[in-house]
Amino acid sequence: MTSLLAEDSALSAADASGASSVAWLLIALPLVGAAVLLLGGRRTDRFGPLLATGLSWGSFVVGLVVFLQLLGLPAEERAQDLTLWNWVPAGAFQLDVGLLVDPLSTSFVLLITFVGSLIHVYSIGYMENDPDKRRFFAYLNLFVASMLLLVLADSYLLLFVGWEGVGLASYLLIGFWNWNPAYATAANKAFFVNRVGDLGLAIGIMVIFVTFGSVDYATVSEGAANASQGTLTAIGLLLLLGACGKSAQFPLQSWLGDAMAGPTPVSALIHAATMVTAGVYLVVRSNPIYDGAPDARLAVALVGAITLLFGAIVGCAKDDIKKVLAASTMSQIGYMMLAAGLGPVGYAFAIFHLLTHGFFKAGMFLGAGSVMHGMNDQVNLRRYGGLSTFMKITWVTFGLGWLAILGVPPFSGFWSKDSVIEAAFVGEGWQPWVLGGVALLGAGITAFYMSRLFFMTFHGEKRWEEDPEPHPHDPDRTMTVPMIVLAVGSAGLGLVLGPTGAITSWLAPVVGEHGEEHPVLPVWLIVALTLGLVAVGAAYAWVRYGRDLVPEVAPKATAITRAARVDLYQDAVNEGLFMRPGIHLTRGLVFADARGVDGAVGGLAALVGGLSSRLRRLQTGYARSYALTMLTGVVTVLGALWVIQ
Amino acid sequence: MNAVPLLTLMVVVPLLGAIVVAVLPGNTARLAKPIALGASLVTLVLAVLAVASFDTGSTEQFQLAEVRPWIPQFGVSYALGVDGIALALIVMAAILTPVCLLAAWNDVTEEGSGREKRYFALLLVLEAFMVGVFAATDVFLFYVFFEAMLIPVYFLIGMFGGPRRQYAAVKFLLFSLVGGLVMLVAVIGVFVAGPGGGDGFLVENLTGNLDASTGALRWMFVGFFVAFAIKAPMWPVHTWLPDAATESRPAVAVLLVGVLDKVGTYGMIRFCLQLFPEASQWATPVVITLAVISVVYGALLAIGQTDMMRLIAFTSISHFGFIVLGIFALTSVGGAGSSLYMVNHGFSTAGLFLLAGFLVARRGSKRIPDYGGWQRVTPVLAGTFLVVGLSSLALPGLSSFVSEFLVLQGAFMRYRVAAVIAAAGIILAPLYILLMYQRLMTGPKPTFGEAEAPRDLSLRERVVVAPLIASFLLLGFFPKPVLDLVNPAVERTLQFVGVSDPTPALASGSDQ
Repeated sequence: MTSLLAEDSALSAADASGASSVAWLLIALPLVGAAVLLLGGRRTDRFGPLLATGLSWGSFVVGLVVFLQLLGLPAEERAQDLTLWNWVPAGAFQLDVGLLVDPLSTSFVLLITFVGSLIHVYSIGYMENDPDKRRFFAYLNLFVASMLLLVLADSYLLLFVGWEGVGLASYLLIGFWNWNPAYATAANKAFFVNRVGDLGLAIGIMVIFVTFGSVDYATVSEGAANASQGTLTAIGLLLLLGACGKSAQFPLQSWLGDAMAGPTPVSALIHAATMVTAGVYLVVRSNPIYDGAPDARLAVALVGAITLLFGAIVGCAKDDIKKVLAASTMSQIGYMMLAAGLGPVGYAFAIFHLLTHGFFKAGMFLGAGSVMHGMNDQVNLRRYGGLSTFMKITWVTFGLGWLAILGVPPFSGFWSKDSVIEAAFVGEGWQPWVLGGVALLGAGITAFYMSRLFFMTFHGEKRWEEDPEPHPHDPDRTMTVPMIVLAVGSAGLGLVLGPTGAITSWLAPVVGEHGEEHPVLPVWLIVALTLGLVAVGAAYAWVRYGRDLVPEVAPKATAITRAARVDLYQDAVNEGLFMRPGIHLTRGLVFADARGVDGAVGGLAALVGGLSSRLRRLQTGYARSYALTMLTGVVTVLGALWVIQ
Repeated sequence: MNAVPLLTLMVVVPLLGAIVVAVLPGNTARLAKPIALGASLVTLVLAVLAVASFDTGSTEQFQLAEVRPWIPQFGVSYALGVDGIALALIVMAAILTPVCLLAAWNDVTEEGSGREKRYFALLLVLEAFMVGVFAATDVFLFYVFFEAMLIPVYFLIGMFGGPRRQYAAVKFLLFSLVGGLVMLVAVIGVFVAGPGGGDGFLVENLTGNLDASTGALRWMFVGFFVAFAIKAPMWPVHTWLPDAATESRPAVAVLLVGVLDKVGTYGMIRFCLQLFPEASQWATPVVITLAVISVVYGALLAIGQTDMMRLIAFTSISHFGFIVLGIFALTSVGGAGSSLYMVNHGFSTAGLFLLAGFLVARRGSKRIPDYGGWQRVTPVLAGTFLVVGLSSLALPGLSSFVSEFLVLQGAFMRYRVAAVIAAAGIILAPLYILLMYQRLMTGPKPTFGEAEAPRDLSLRERVVVAPLIASFLLLGFFPKPVLDLVNPAVERTLQFVGVSDPTPALASGSDQ
């Protein structure tokens, strides 16, 4: 069984030819932008943002050409490897820098460069008055380059370079306004929590090397069928830890909410559409490993299921528009992880939902940025209300994203999320009931909290004063055009990719075909239940936040709501379990090092040589004493040699 | 025999430079600094020539070899030669010395004074001895250089350091002397056990030729190891380093921690492993344990520091733990990783010490809490500091990542648990680096009252930092030149010890 699946998915890559042989340009273009803007300093202030945006679009064009070239090839030849240079030749460890162009990486390339470039354009308007916008665009370009390296790498170690590269860009951009100490702390928190995950990824790579003798995908995919299930499970769990950090999955989810400290375009690009989905990419890319490790796969699915509920519950209670969207991102990535954990039946749907989510969530984040722009940087939903009449374009584009994430047919989310829910109901024993049930329930809660956000922002009574400020209005075209494009994608992408079977057949060479699997419930019932729950969730939100008056100060509410407002006590737990003991440990060690270790070593020396009493003499008459010591040494040697001979 | 004795020249040129600088008469004293810099640059050119004439495919262990009888009665020769590891370290020293001289340009305030001449002369003397100690292929000659290095360092700390310089200098000296004397006993022991004769101290003649009981050889191993562990420094004999590092001038701290301490880890490869294969394997469990403790302990202590220089010193204790771990993992991967790590660590520690020094020069305090918001005042200084810090925390894409990963991977091939514990350094490193960065550079823009706001990096300071950052990127994405240099040496060392790499589970069929 294992070997069969592995053979299905082991797509052996040919050497790159044609457009793929310049695939390195994808990474090089934005990297050049970052370098020019960072090294060029203030001289590049004037043209920097435009240069960065242009290079990002350039990368998209290259990506499009590569994609079209792959599309023109027969399915089994759609994998090309481009070896660039000999990277780490260290004894038994040999590795080249190489790029793998295949349907999976190309899907990501298109998402990253297209959404990324749109967000560059949006940022030209959004960051117009920021004195440091050159640095901002440099970091954005750095991010795009790193993310492309992450998905194009043909080995786990090179993936790791992109993996931490995007982490660095994320750190820099969360802390972009780090004159605010809270933002600087948020940036550090993101880096630290991600490093916990990276520890898992790093050890996973080490196990891969001692098992397969190399860390490139080709070797792993070839050898996976012959490796023991125990080893594959260990690797799978270690990679999952890495994925949890990057994708803000339970238990490493705590950094994402705070990451909203970054400028909103960053939240849209990095903390919604692309970087945080890297964990899903890692799992799907490692399908040869997970195919042979059902236990690791179950762990992935369970992590996804827990996180999708966790995020959805938190999303219901937050009043900060960006934090609701962050919780929602967490929850939606939970769906993707759940799908990826289902194995061959879910890999393609995980990526499908990832792509549609990239559009509708990025679109909604840009919409949130537009609202904040018009509302004097207010983020509290309780201070919005009735904005639909003031910001028509924002309202409509955000509305399309809202319909998409709810899963209302025929918008994108309907196709992708429904596929995930149906796949979750496939299987035997308790698993389909638990996983499918959670996915179904999550859809209802999602409908509630997203509708709550939508109604509190755009409908109901206005809960803000117009005088002297703000005067809500739609932003100018650099910002609205990206919002409109993403809204179109939110509306139509699912329809193009889903029911046509385009996405499953496109990805089949990488993740394998799956046969006709039947859910434990009839498909029509699952669809009906999902739509029913969505309708109930949305209707309840309308009653409470659209029709009824929304209090401007959050009511005391139930225990669960209060818990959800503080992210289900995630920070208190981390603080109690790790931070405080850690602080005590380092303080204790600093004290002990000065008194204990230093004292013991010094005391021993004093005991042996009576040196402490002579310290003063040594300090004053150093040269003499030193000469004496050296002399003693030399005499001893000469004497000993003389005796021997 | 080489036509041009490059290695000897690399010892002589800085020594001559030092003499010239020291004896410059009063009215030409302002030439002291340019002459010192010139001498170090000539040495760098010689180092480049040495690399050019080095053949990585050679079957000889030592190339560029020079052997002359020195005290034949006692078997002592003047013997220099390098393998890939020694050469890599010499090149690193030759690059760091001019960088440090430039960084130290204004360390001594009395322009053209005798004090300034002494300072730069001592730095050159130190360079000469550093080249000598890595190039010595005679055990006794190595010992002489090993001890002689203490003299310039003692004066550099004791005469030019901070307020507690006397204490730090004496502490450094005492620790080193204890190590040196213990090693001296082992040096004698090695000669006694060796074949003797007029060149009985030559490493080549001693390798595989020691005739003594297992117990005696193990004691000799311990003698060498203790000296090297103090120098490296490893837990629990590390306590001299933070004091020495914080009381030295930054440039001296760089040469002390970045280059001189490498003699410890280099010595472990050259003498402990090569001369005592059996004892090395016998001691491995203890050494690995100490190395792992050093990794974690150094990192935890670094997190708790409020003095920048002490913090950087503790990060080095952690990093030396990694280097020793890779050496004693006894795998080709770990050995290559450690050798590369020694080079990378030199550059990244140099960056940290020198940039911290630039900060201290502006604010007059080494205490981290005295700063905050400096990114708004000195953006280039903050940016370069961050890059250097990222190199120290082994960010992938920068040089330290490759070496740290190789060390962990090499250790993991044999000692799973040790490698996993040491990998905790991956989590601890950002804590000490990024928390320091946060406290120094982020937060609201500071006010300086009446005083003038500090200026951003000057041209001289940028020239100092640029080659270091260039090395991070170059060796991060293209470490091949260094790895190609050290691989044959690592392979040979493993042959001396008599071990080979464990085969991958799938290839050996044990994973079925």
